[in-house]
Amino acid sequence: MPDMPLSQLSLSLVTAFFIGGIAGFLGSLMITRRMALVSGPLGHLALPGVALGLVYSFDIFWGALATIAIGSFFIWLLTLRGGRLPVEALTAVVFSSTVALGFLILPIEEAERALIGDITTVTPFDALLAIVLSIVLFIIIRRIYLRSVLLGISTELALSRGINARKYNFIFLVGIALVVAMEVKIVGILLTAALMAIPAAAASNFSRSMTQYRNLGLLFGGASAVMGVCIAEATGLAAGPLIILTGTVLFLASLLFAER
Amino acid sequence: MHGDHHHDTLLTVHNLSVELGGREVLSNISFGIQSGEFLAILGPNGSGKSTLLKALLGILPSSGTVTWSERPLNISFLPEGLSPEKFRESPLTLKEFFREKTDSHEKILEAFSLVGLKEQDILDRNPGELSAGQFQRMLIAWSIIDKPDVLLFDEPTLGIDIGGEETIYTLLHKLWKGTGLTIILVTHEINVVFAYATHVLCIRREKLFSGEPKEILTPENLQELYGSAIRFHTPHA
Repeated sequence: MPDMPLSQLSLSLVTAFFIGGIAGFLGSLMITRRMALVSGPLGHLALPGVALGLVYSFDIFWGALATIAIGSFFIWLLTLRGGRLPVEALTAVVFSSTVALGFLILPIEEAERALIGDITTVTPFDALLAIVLSIVLFIIIRRIYLRSVLLGISTELALSRGINARKYNFIFLVGIALVVAMEVKIVGILLTAALMAIPAAAASNFSRSMTQYRNLGLLFGGASAVMGVCIAEATGLAAGPLIILTGTVLFLASLLFAER
Repeated sequence: MHGDHHHDTLLTVHNLSVELGGREVLSNISFGIQSGEFLAILGPNGSGKSTLLKALLGILPSSGTVTWSERPLNISFLPEGLSPEKFRESPLTLKEFFREKTDSHEKILEAFSLVGLKEQDILDRNPGELSAGQFQRMLIAWSIIDKPDVLLFDEPTLGIDIGGEETIYTLLHKLWKGTGLTIILVTHEINVVFAYATHVLCIRREKLFSGEPKEILTPENLQELYGSAIRFHTPHA
């Protein structure tokens, strides 16, 4: 990664912190709900949109979001008409087809940017979008957080409390899709699941309550993104993988503190 | 709070049927409940007892009518299968689990003392770390903390010793006695029904009998309810 001018570096750091933070925050709820792997397929669904964005020079966030939405809609349609196939089989069909389609569109010289992200090209608009969207998602997910945990423990108990399971799960999935679409810019489509799962997994080992868990998830996600960018700046290596590997180091350290 | 509404009609169920996966699990069930009853729903495995509770709560699609009393009711439900293991999957604390019902420490401790949970320093611990007896007491505390009018209880861990002389059932009976609380309990322990229930509803997909346990639970009726597999236990004192 080439040396960035200071203003570009600060934009990158701010963007990375907010996206990493909200990814770790949501990640804690995803792990709790046993959905840690959901963001992987969603990231893959983003590829055609990212490819189109890179070919026609529009913001890859919107491209990613559009094809994630279309792909998820297709999976949902197939679950209605897919006979006896389980959802994960239908998801596999759709997301691998989408990846194949994406590679047809993606110019090979842009492959690295699509697959592992490129934080050096973030614009002030990207930074603003990351800040606003992360804060809005933080507020919304925080409101449904404990009740979503309750849904995971017992759907029936939650339903009897008047918790609308479909609504809560839908909000949660839309939140995950939005974070994945933002993540594509900084860690690429291949590493979206990692940024949501690894800092949160580290946070889990340090936490003695859900409140600690989600706050540490946010902190670890933000911190590993910022440290990843700094290490990339110092070493000239790609930021995306470094962000993930910083999280991995945090996770390994957390194992020393794991109580169970 | 309960206490003022003895003997008014709390619930009327008419021709309730539930179909799950193309199979009729409950068929044309009709019955009524008065406030303050301790109703046991009795039936063999797979007879639709749990399904009936969920249909009463409206969390399962059903046909027929379920009409609760028009006065505002606080209905509390404990489903089957709530285990310490389920809770151990996340670092949720007791305080966080109770936040669904209340933020007040005092209220939680008050409910703890009602159910005989003496340990007051467990609020920051995970429910899954409690002993089996403490865990059951904690769940009952959770279900009664907001002073429900009706408590629906699905097969509390069977016959578990929750410490001292108490069982889940003696505790429920103690909480029920002298208040207008209505309890609807799904069980398959006949001796529990004899000891504590004021009314019993026997179902096996369809309603077979209902009424007061002494009158209803005759050997002939039990034979019909359970088929030939029934083994009678001597009810413990």
